[in-house]
Amino acid sequence: MGAAGQDGGDGVAGTGAPEAAAPGGPGPAEPPAIEAVDITKRFPGVVANSGVSFAAAAGEVHALLGENGAGKSTLCAVLTGSYRPDEGQLRVRGAEVRFRSPRDAHRAGIGMVHQHFRLVPSMSVAENVVLGDAGAPFRFRRKTIEEQVARVAERYRIDVSPRATVGRLSLGEQQRVEILKSLHRGARILLLDEPTAVLATGEVDALFESVRQLVADGGTVVFVSHKLPEVMAIADRVTVLRRGRTVGSVAVVDTSPRGLAALMVGREIEMAARVPDAVDETAPVALELRGVGAAGDRGRPALRDVTLTLRAGEILGVAGVAGNGQRELAEVVAGLRPRTAGTVVVAGTALPGDPRSAIDAGVAFVPEDRMGVGVAGALPIADNAVLKTHRRRPFRTGPLLRRRRIVGHARTLMADFDIRAPGPRTLVRQLSGGNVQKVVLAHELDSDPRVLVAQSPTHGLDVGAIDAVRRIMLDAAGRGVAILLISEDLDEVLDMSDRVAVMYEGRVVDEFPAGDADVERIGELMAGGER
Amino acid sequence: MPGGIRVERRLGNPRWVAFVVPVVALIVAAIVTAAVLAASGHQPLQVYQQIYQAGFTANGALSRTFVYATPLLFTGLAAAVAFRMKVWNIGGEGQLYAGAIGAAGVGLALHTWPGPLVIIAMVIGGALAGALWAAIPGLLRAYLRTNEILTSLMLNYVAGLLLYYLIYDSTSYWRDMTSASAKVFPTGKSIEASAFWPQLSFGAALVVPMGFGLGIVVALGIWTVTRTSPTGFAMSVIGESPGAATYAGMRTKRTIAGVMLASGAFAGIGGASQIGDFGHTLDPRGLQQAGYGYTGIVVAALGRYNPLAVVIVSFLIGALTNAGFALQGPDFPSGLVGVIEGIILFSVLAGEALSRYRISLRRSPRTADTAPGTPVGEVVAP
Repeated sequence: MGAAGQDGGDGVAGTGAPEAAAPGGPGPAEPPAIEAVDITKRFPGVVANSGVSFAAAAGEVHALLGENGAGKSTLCAVLTGSYRPDEGQLRVRGAEVRFRSPRDAHRAGIGMVHQHFRLVPSMSVAENVVLGDAGAPFRFRRKTIEEQVARVAERYRIDVSPRATVGRLSLGEQQRVEILKSLHRGARILLLDEPTAVLATGEVDALFESVRQLVADGGTVVFVSHKLPEVMAIADRVTVLRRGRTVGSVAVVDTSPRGLAALMVGREIEMAARVPDAVDETAPVALELRGVGAAGDRGRPALRDVTLTLRAGEILGVAGVAGNGQRELAEVVAGLRPRTAGTVVVAGTALPGDPRSAIDAGVAFVPEDRMGVGVAGALPIADNAVLKTHRRRPFRTGPLLRRRRIVGHARTLMADFDIRAPGPRTLVRQLSGGNVQKVVLAHELDSDPRVLVAQSPTHGLDVGAIDAVRRIMLDAAGRGVAILLISEDLDEVLDMSDRVAVMYEGRVVDEFPAGDADVERIGELMAGGER
Repeated sequence: MPGGIRVERRLGNPRWVAFVVPVVALIVAAIVTAAVLAASGHQPLQVYQQIYQAGFTANGALSRTFVYATPLLFTGLAAAVAFRMKVWNIGGEGQLYAGAIGAAGVGLALHTWPGPLVIIAMVIGGALAGALWAAIPGLLRAYLRTNEILTSLMLNYVAGLLLYYLIYDSTSYWRDMTSASAKVFPTGKSIEASAFWPQLSFGAALVVPMGFGLGIVVALGIWTVTRTSPTGFAMSVIGESPGAATYAGMRTKRTIAGVMLASGAFAGIGGASQIGDFGHTLDPRGLQQAGYGYTGIVVAALGRYNPLAVVIVSFLIGALTNAGFALQGPDFPSGLVGVIEGIILFSVLAGEALSRYRISLRRSPRTADTAPGTPVGEVVAP
């Protein structure tokens, strides 16, 4: 890819919008269609957006580019009235707006197509489109509504039949229904959140066609993505977000995929990091994957022919954009997902592929979904601390659990891992994200594993917790635990690893020592650039 | 900015909630019931007094209350043990019938044995038959992921029809084909008097059936297992967080199937007690008219799925049911007890649901709850 969007000529006029997103007075001639100024949005323990600004003009496709967790989704939720910003301003066509609910955003002409569709599968396209309309008539006039919907569809070259049942449509077609829904409500500013994630290749072209039609008509499209090639292909301007901050806004014609990749993953903040050359080259192999394949949740191949070797005490970082097989890789090693090909060998023993034998072989796993999988949130810290070890002595003798020992042990772990909570009987769901993650690490590292598979271990945590989690992992590696660190945060992968593997579409596309890593090159590989 | 009421999820339940909420719920239920009674032309206080007398203080009332409480205790435990793990066994009714069929069959087949042995065999036979009936939805749920609510519910009707078939529509082993009265109207064979379950008599005023004592033992057993065994630990994790259970290497399918079998076995012992304690013969109508299996679900819910609380609740609901039958007549329509039960259940469940939220007044209401990306668990510990 990489060919800049010359074909987007009809949108180029829009790039005359004010330079960058400087707060202050309105633009010289026409104010931007939508403008965010210094938006800050905090959640307990997390600053999701910190002084984020951008402006998109009428007739412009404006991309919001950033890694997972960079704050794109929060910004979208602010723009569409789902969240209220703690600080900062939103302006629509130059006038300040304050959305109290998504309905206010609709009225201001802002529509959003979410990554996960909000459609009623059993209803027809037309019914879905008018569902929730403010002025919905009491009686549903099928004919009239179908004609209306068909007219809107034709105007924006959206190919979908108003009478079709939504549940029978492909994901690409369902997305068109979502777009139609927004347009039907009079949206002039359309936010598309990772719109190509669910699309087949051919459907992407159709989507882009509709997007161009919409901006040619004077509309504005805010295109949220972490994929460089498509941003280069469709956008006029790009605002790059990293860790909740805007790092810059540029016109696509003035930049390159390399330049954007550098902005997107750029380096910052000093945190616990791996000492170079810390690994013992003669240490025994702890984990070996040979030609491993696995299917994803929808049955399509998600992991293809993955071969990796990891020595005791070594940290292998797996970089990649979400959804390129990382989760499947982690689950296969942990025995939670069946393999379709290949073998997983831990310390010389091939794993049969179920969770219990993986645990017994010494595989520890920090799952991506820490609240849903890593802990039982409704149970106290004490119970979670022995989630995997409660079957063994000293926590069980004969048929009995030794409650007092379990609680005492939890107290020790809380001290060792600096888990901040009133006591071992505190419910895990009452803890902050960082403390939850420490509980997970505590119960995983407590049984002296050989291998630790850590997936996005610091995702969504605040800076202090990130540092703590990193230190815990580095200590474990120092004790000889082999760590497979899977993360979408490239900084983290580079800081923490001895070697780096890059995954794209289920394959390991490249692997090299962390010292030789070239950030821009990795950015390109992650985004599907040629090797 | 307009002011507003903000409803937010409570993160943890303070200890007082567990006690205060049910009490408030019962008071609310009493008030609502009073309104219903007043609207239907009754004196609420007088009715309450009547219920109290008929349930507890009248001559022989307490003994009759135990008659109704015993099956409810078993079906309540059956529902509690399954629901606790979020396995929705609605089939207590059918499993109770199956237990009655099994226990009656065993009791009849072993009529030459000494009484105490027959009694033990009846308990085991009832438990096995109930477990077998529950195995159908249980195994389907655990290994094929069918919806156990539908399958267990539908099997209740199958079990009911089986009862009718055995006594009215066939010359089965359970049916009495010899006695004179049985030729006029079909009935089941009676077990030997030596196999009648013993009763604990506390003077003439109070007789407690053996089944209720057995139920208390079962409740204590469940309580012990859930609190002190690794299986109980696994059950709580599977119920609260199936993802975490699989991740921790727990055998979730086997545990779900096992809990379903245990649940069926408890309801089955309830059926056995119907034969051994009370009917001494398989009586399709007697077993079906009370709907013990369904009321057991109410009992379990009111007891918050705690086996020891189920003992108490089954006694209280048994008293209410008893009073309902005793007072039935033109002044006290038979549906009234059902209405009262429904109001109590509704209030308690509503109280439970509401206790998970905290209501507070705020100057600026936020509307962030349905937005995408709401961080889960990102809350600072107190």
